[in-house]
Amino acid sequence: MSKVRVLVGTKKGAFICTADGKRQDWKIEGPHFLGWEMYHLKGCPTNPDRIYASQTSGWFGQVIQRSDDGGKTWDTPGSTEDEREKVFGMLGGESNKFVYDGVAGSHKFYDGSDVPWVFKRVWHLEPSLTDPDTVYAGVEDAALFKSTNGGKTWEELSGLRTHTTGSNWQPGAGGMCLHTILIDPKNEKRMWVAISAAGVFRTDDGGKTWKPTNKGLKSNFMPEEEAEVGHCVHRIALHPSNTDRLFMQKHWDVMRSDDGADNWYEVSDNLPSDFGFPIDVHAHEPETIYVVPIKSDSEHIPPDGKLRVYRSKTGGNEWEALTKGLPQQHCYVNVLREAMAVDELDDCGIYFGTTGGAVYCSPDGGDHWNAINENFPSVLSVEVQTLP
Amino acid sequence: MIRVVVPYHLRNLAKIGEEISLEVEGTVSVDSILDALEDKYPNLKGTIRDHVTKQRRPFIRFFACGQDFSNGPTSAPLPDAVAKGEQQFLVVGAIAGG
Repeated sequence: MSKVRVLVGTKKGAFICTADGKRQDWKIEGPHFLGWEMYHLKGCPTNPDRIYASQTSGWFGQVIQRSDDGGKTWDTPGSTEDEREKVFGMLGGESNKFVYDGVAGSHKFYDGSDVPWVFKRVWHLEPSLTDPDTVYAGVEDAALFKSTNGGKTWEELSGLRTHTTGSNWQPGAGGMCLHTILIDPKNEKRMWVAISAAGVFRTDDGGKTWKPTNKGLKSNFMPEEEAEVGHCVHRIALHPSNTDRLFMQKHWDVMRSDDGADNWYEVSDNLPSDFGFPIDVHAHEPETIYVVPIKSDSEHIPPDGKLRVYRSKTGGNEWEALTKGLPQQHCYVNVLREAMAVDELDDCGIYFGTTGGAVYCSPDGGDHWNAINENFPSVLSVEVQTLP
Repeated sequence: MIRVVVPYHLRNLAKIGEEISLEVEGTVSVDSILDALEDKYPNLKGTIRDHVTKQRRPFIRFFACGQDFSNGPTSAPLPDAVAKGEQQFLVVGAIAGG
């Protein structure tokens, strides 16, 4: 029987939860990297035992960790004695070196003043769909890096940051972060990234050149509501069967595109709030999508103190609340943008984690929910691997 | 041998104990101690000082012999007691967060 492995990043470490296909009885391992903020962990599609992790700290900066045994043991790539001899002579220690290409230049601060681009942390790690040694990193201040040697060294794909609009990008409340990387499974040279608060950008040439793809987005906090960049996109998602169709949870508004992000239109419809962070797509139903409405950007709590996932089976609009097994009173947590995932079992499982430390699983597409654990540290990210 | 203590989380990262001993060639200074430390434990690169500029990270301080060496010239010789291994060189993470 197939099984699943859930990778949970929290503000105080990482946890690995495994269960069989029923997804009822969970084994929890961890904490790994106790005391460190684990922004994101993600496994490689072609080698599920290889997992990359972003470990970060306000004191000690960025560390990249890698496991080659499904999360049992971890190392900083390129720093073991053996790897140092083979790859670097006796150097090593380059796996946490993220240096912008050329002169970093400046972008806008919240007040509109110019501030220099400064690397702070890795928000998102996206392994290649075909090569476990190739992995992309989305970082704050917003830029995209790539490693082709298993995370030992990193180079910036600077065509993104040096786009003509780059000097006008501004941070969202969480910083100016590149938090989402989508790779087109039909053409790996085509990728989308999302930056708060700049918007969505697409490359069709493997990351050399990028174009803002934000037409149709409206942000009423900007002087020009429909500007080319400046939109606080919280998350984008797609289904591999139709990579022209993308879904977006924006700061406000749930959006959809049917032409590879060239144009967007709103599908918020009957949601109790169209503010939120994560959005994801059912593994086998390309038109079934999930969001977690949050009351507002000022309060960051579920409406009415009820933690509800909303599902649309029509690719947006016609939303239904999914509540069975979720707290329906006095719930004041948030669900962050990286903290939702889906598995690929026949009955698709949906997962999400809260800032209150709970991680929930629905083994039946959202109809019923169970807590894997309700008392993790505040959850930053949730990913799931479907294993044979 | 130079006796060096690094913060708890960096000990876990480098998989080392509370105090480590380092051989430092030439003048014993903040720079030469950190060079030796990073050479022996390369995954500490970037965690104490910037990879490129070698600037100390803001929440890190350096102490030895009851003195603060965080803001002085990092190439300046440290006290003989450090060079002789009589006193520890302390890399300290700021106590912050309430």
